[in-house]
Amino acid sequence: MTKTPSTKARDEALLALIKKLVETPGPSGQESLIRAAVAEEIKDYADEIRTDALGNLIARVGTKKPGGLRVMVSAHIDEIGLMVTHVDANGFARFIAIGGVSPLTCIGGRVLFMNGTRGVIGCERLEPNTAPTLEKLFIDTGALSSDDCPVRVGDVCGFERPFLDLGAHLVAKSMDDRISAAVAIQAIRALKDSPHEVFFVFSVQEEVGLRGATTAAYGVNPDVGLAVDVTRTGDTPRTIKMEVALDKGPAIKVRDSSFIADPRVVNWMVAAAKASKIPYQLEVLEAGGTDGRAIQLAHAGVPAGCLSIPCRYIHSPSEMVSYADVENAVKLLVRLLSEEIKLG
Amino acid sequence: MSPNMKMTNNARPRIGKKQIALLAELCNALAVSGDEQEVREIVLREVKPLCQQVEVDAMGNVLATRIGSGQNKARVMIAAHMDEVGFMLTQNDGDGLYGFSIVGGIDERQLVGKAVIVGREHIPGVIGAKAIHLTTPEERKTALKLEQLRIDLGPDGSGKVRVGDRAGFATQLTEIGPSIRAKALDNRLGVANLIELLRGAPENIDLLAAFTVQEEVGLRGARVAAYHLAPQIGIAVDSTPANDLPAYDDDDGENTRYNTRLDCGPAIYLMDGATIADRRLAEWLMKTAEEEGIPYQIRQPNPGGTDAGAIHKTRSGVPSISVSVPQRYCHTAAGLIRKADWENTLRLLSAALWRLDSKILTPSEA
Repeated sequence: MTKTPSTKARDEALLALIKKLVETPGPSGQESLIRAAVAEEIKDYADEIRTDALGNLIARVGTKKPGGLRVMVSAHIDEIGLMVTHVDANGFARFIAIGGVSPLTCIGGRVLFMNGTRGVIGCERLEPNTAPTLEKLFIDTGALSSDDCPVRVGDVCGFERPFLDLGAHLVAKSMDDRISAAVAIQAIRALKDSPHEVFFVFSVQEEVGLRGATTAAYGVNPDVGLAVDVTRTGDTPRTIKMEVALDKGPAIKVRDSSFIADPRVVNWMVAAAKASKIPYQLEVLEAGGTDGRAIQLAHAGVPAGCLSIPCRYIHSPSEMVSYADVENAVKLLVRLLSEEIKLG
Repeated sequence: MSPNMKMTNNARPRIGKKQIALLAELCNALAVSGDEQEVREIVLREVKPLCQQVEVDAMGNVLATRIGSGQNKARVMIAAHMDEVGFMLTQNDGDGLYGFSIVGGIDERQLVGKAVIVGREHIPGVIGAKAIHLTTPEERKTALKLEQLRIDLGPDGSGKVRVGDRAGFATQLTEIGPSIRAKALDNRLGVANLIELLRGAPENIDLLAAFTVQEEVGLRGARVAAYHLAPQIGIAVDSTPANDLPAYDDDDGENTRYNTRLDCGPAIYLMDGATIADRRLAEWLMKTAEEEGIPYQIRQPNPGGTDAGAIHKTRSGVPSISVSVPQRYCHTAAGLIRKADWENTLRLLSAALWRLDSKILTPSEA
């Protein structure tokens, strides 16, 4: 058994950062608020910050010294959400998913539109023992008619759920992937004496197909790349078969359904974790993908890997991570970026 | 050049006899994905007098550049795909009968009984099926599968085609009052619009016109075209389904999934399966429409995709959007559009380009 991290002192500043990041709305394509929030956190630590044509926030830390490389670290700042497709005569808004939204976790949920409108998700009467589809659901903003409805076709909302601190575990609607943004921000602040020129990319539109990381990786043109993202776990009742569990350390991805991590990168990550006595797990994810794939396929190809934060209930309004895993992920990322990278 | 400059008559394009004749030539031509030569020839003939640079790239895209004369001009790529959905002959059964596969997205249930043309010679044929006289009520309950269908060219046609030839519906463009009925309106409308935009292109931009290939099989031509052109802004000009008939099978009769509607003007995209539109560009188009008094509609966010899906992910990223003419019965033997929607689409694009200020993308707010 691992020790319960709640018995140890926790970094209140880190918790405040996580709360700020997970509660800032930013569905794919609507990342301006979260981008500004991240920029505010890193402006005193990065050597250069820019936003590219698609909206990726790219922060350069350090310059290349002898033995150093151009390293890209990507954590996506978008989250899943909904977009209105139709407002009916009675003011109910139909919608389509932005990214992988399950109808099961929508019903009864609350949403916050980018224009400030709030609403709840209702469902048509279902035949007994049938699962809802998104077509059966609608958003009720309290409007009395279509004219009265404060949202229109194309308006975007995210799920609204406050950050929940359970001590050892932390819960939010957007741990995927704001927890990795928090890890990257902590690494930017902690990174000292790196031989590398590190480009921290806070990428957009990951949830709709790794689109931001695709263009960011082209622009950065790195020698080596790491995605930081959440991964599923097999540690809850009757769930998928998977080795990864909460509280056992950050996961080093070996493979997912869109990406085979460069084995040299995996070895480098494992060696660094061992050398620093940071707990880690090896991850094989049967479904899903991360910015790692987009980095790997950029230009003529880039050795790439992924540092994963184990997360329960991904793409639900209550995604859960372990505080200890987050702290260890920061330690491992800082260690990885602080030393010479020898891929062999 | 000032974005407020007065537009010339050229910038207020109209759909007249000339434009309809060109659309007819474009629609009646056969250009199934991968064999776009017929349409490419028409496009080259039309754009060569209008552009400083015209080239055909390695995949067959026509890239036509009309360079403006102002300062700080934005490089704007506008893509319209030349290819259409159709068929490819896959097996010769003898006696002028050919098995075939579908190129792009066509509903198999719509094939039976359609007149078709095959190859660059437009050899006429028909997708036949057993006559109703000879079918049982049970048989009539299920649609015939592709494997059960043949293109019948008769003994005269059989020597003039070979496996690998493309085929398409034989529909000829017809004006029906305010409407136009034709095959391949997706996307000869876009091709026709892009040619008209080159005719009246403003001086404040470099207009990089890409008449693309292989859109219907996965945005393949636009991908390499965008890489080559390296634009600052991308616009796909296309045609999108209008499913705006009453909801015949719905209890309360409200059609909530129309995608677009005829007579409501150009359809501006905010999201489809391949692209989330750049909001700055969406606002630019909507503001233009409102200030110019041009009707427009927001296409319902739905799956599907346009060349913008390939363009926006090119190189370090290209802020992109799509604008389409709404069309009933898209990807069938006979689509139907309104001339007014076509004209308003052209007017919107033209007016928007004339107003385009290269500062539209600053500050970055994607």
